[in-house]
Amino acid sequence: MSAHATQITPFTRSLDELAALSAETRRLIVETIHHAGAGHLGGPLSATDLLVNLYFDVLNIDPARPHWEERDRFILSKGHSSIALYVVMALRGFFPREELKTFDQIDSRLQGHPCMKSLPGIDMSTGSLGQGLSPGVGMALGARLKGLPFRTWVMLGDGEIQEGQIWEACFTAARYELDNLTAILDYNRLPQFGWPQTGGFTRSRPIDDPAAKFRAFGWHTVECNGHDHADIRRAFQAALAHRGQPVCVIAHTVKGKGVSFMEGDFNWHAKVPTDEQRDQAIAELTAGRPNGREG
Amino acid sequence: MSALLTLPKLTDAPQVAMRDAWGNGLVELAKDYPELLVLDGDLANSTRADTFAAAYPDRFFEMGIAEQNLVGVASGLATLGYVPWISTFAAFLAKRALDQIRVVVAQPHLNVKLCGSYSGILTGKTGKTHQSVEDIAVFRAMPGVVTIAPADANELRAAMRAMMEDDNPTYLRLTRDPSPVIFPDDYRFEIGKAVLLREGGDVGIISTGVQTIRALEAAEMLAERGIAASVLHVPTLKPLDVEAIVALAERTGTTVTAEDHSIIGGLGGAVAETLAEHRPTPLRRVGWHDTYGESGPNDALLEKYGLSSRHVAEAAEAAARAKS
Repeated sequence: MSAHATQITPFTRSLDELAALSAETRRLIVETIHHAGAGHLGGPLSATDLLVNLYFDVLNIDPARPHWEERDRFILSKGHSSIALYVVMALRGFFPREELKTFDQIDSRLQGHPCMKSLPGIDMSTGSLGQGLSPGVGMALGARLKGLPFRTWVMLGDGEIQEGQIWEACFTAARYELDNLTAILDYNRLPQFGWPQTGGFTRSRPIDDPAAKFRAFGWHTVECNGHDHADIRRAFQAALAHRGQPVCVIAHTVKGKGVSFMEGDFNWHAKVPTDEQRDQAIAELTAGRPNGREG
Repeated sequence: MSALLTLPKLTDAPQVAMRDAWGNGLVELAKDYPELLVLDGDLANSTRADTFAAAYPDRFFEMGIAEQNLVGVASGLATLGYVPWISTFAAFLAKRALDQIRVVVAQPHLNVKLCGSYSGILTGKTGKTHQSVEDIAVFRAMPGVVTIAPADANELRAAMRAMMEDDNPTYLRLTRDPSPVIFPDDYRFEIGKAVLLREGGDVGIISTGVQTIRALEAAEMLAERGIAASVLHVPTLKPLDVEAIVALAERTGTTVTAEDHSIIGGLGGAVAETLAEHRPTPLRRVGWHDTYGESGPNDALLEKYGLSSRHVAEAAEAAARAKS
C-alpha cells in the first residue's frame, strides 16, 4: 500500500511499515528544525509514533478532501509539536514534502503552531496550551447532533493538563457520555522548565497517575507504550470499542525519542541542532533504533 | 443622512428587559435558522436562555460553570456549520474566557455569537465582580470580532437577525433590567451603521447601548434650556461608523460621548481616536472613569458614578456653552 493512498482500512498496515514511517518522520522533523533554525524537537519526537499510527492506520481521512464532512477529526492540543503533525501530513499526502522547508518562514502555511485558516487538514487552531480538548468536545457533540459517524481525536501534552480548562472539558465530555471522543496523552513527563524540590530541582514530573485523574472525571482509560506500534494499535482498538464514556489513551513516551542524545533531556524541548548533531541524529534514525533506549 | 426615526415619548414607551427580548429572540430565530444552537454557563434562568431551552431542548447545551470550556465547545460546533450563541455574563465572558475567544474563535474566525448579559453597571446589586466596564474595550482591540451594543429590546431583536445573516464572530452586549423601547417593531438593523435619533446643531451626543436612552432624556432636558442637541446612537462599536461620527462633529462642532462602560477603550475612546484623526473637535466623555463599581440600587449607582441622564445633559450643556 502506498503511503499516499487516500482512505485506509484501519488496523491493517504492517507494523514494519509503521516503524519505517516513524523513522522517516523523525528524520524529517530533525531536518526541518535544523533547516528552519527554530522550533521544538523533544515533544514532536515523543509524539511521532502516535501520530504516524493515527494518520496511517486509524483516521478515516482523505488528503484530497480535507473538508470532507464525515472525516475523523484530529486536534493537536499540544500545538508546539506542530512539526511532527506537518511531517506526518506531508507523508500522508496533504501537501508536498518540499513545503516542509517553508516551516516557520514568512507566508508559510506551516505556522509555528497549527493554524486551520492557513492549512487545509488542520481541524482546529491551537498553540495556547490546554485549549484543544474543548473544541474536540464541540465536534463530538456536533457529530452526534448531525448523526455523523466520525470520531474526534485530541492529542494532549502531559504538561498542558495542568491547565484547568482541560478538566472543564473532561467534566463536560463525561456528562454528555461522548464515546465518539478520544484523547491521547503524550505522557513524556518532561516539562520545559520544571519544579523546585527540597535540596535541589527536578525537571522530571513525578509519576502522578494521570489515568486515575481521568477516571475520576468519568473517563475510561487505556495505557500503552507510545513508541510500540503494536501496543498503540491495541490501545486505539480498545478506545474505539469502548461505549458510553470518552476514552483517554495514556501513552507512555520519552521526550526526544529516537535520538540518543536528545532522549529524556529537557534541553531539547526547543533547541536547534548543529550540523554535526543533525548528522548524528539522522545517522541514528537511519541505522534504526526502533525501540530506542529500551529496545 | 437618512430620515430620523419617529420615536415615542420616552415617558410613554413600554419597558422591556433586554435579556427577556434575547431569550424570546433566540426562539424566534431558531425557527428560521436550524443551525442556531445555545450553549449556557449555568446562568440560563438569569440570561433568559431558559426560554430557548424550553422551546428547543435538543439545541440547548448546558456547559456548567466553566466559561473557558464553554467557548471552546462552541468553537468546535462552529467548525461543523452550527452557529452557537453563548449565554453567560459579560464580566465572565470577556475576561475569564478571553484567551479562548482569541485563539479558537477570533483567530480562526469562527462564527460564534458571544453574548454578554448583565453588562455595564446595572447588574442587580451584584457589585464590581459582576459589573462589566471593560468588555467593549476588550473586543474592540481584538481583530475580527464585531461588537454590538443595542439600545432597546426591539433593536436587539433586529440586531440578532442581522447577526444570523452575518458570519463574523460577534460580541453582543446585553443588559439585565427593563428599559424603554424606542425602536419600532419593524426596525431593520444594519451592522456597522450608526443611527441619528435626534437632530440639533448646538452639541452632538454620541451614545451606545442603553445609555442612548439616557442620552435622549438628556437631549430633552437640554431642549427645555434652549439647547438643541443631536443624538447619534452607535450600536456597532466595531466596525465603527466613522463617517457618521465625523459628519456629526462637522454639523455640531462639539461632542459628548455617553456609555455605561469605561471611557478608556470604550465608545469615548473610539470617538476620541476617530475625531483626532479625521476632524479634531472638542469632546467630553461620560462613562466610567478608570474605576470599579459596587453593589447598590440602579439610580444610586448612576448618580454616584456619573452616568445618569442629568450627567449627560450637564456635560452636553457645558460643551455647547464652551463653543459660544
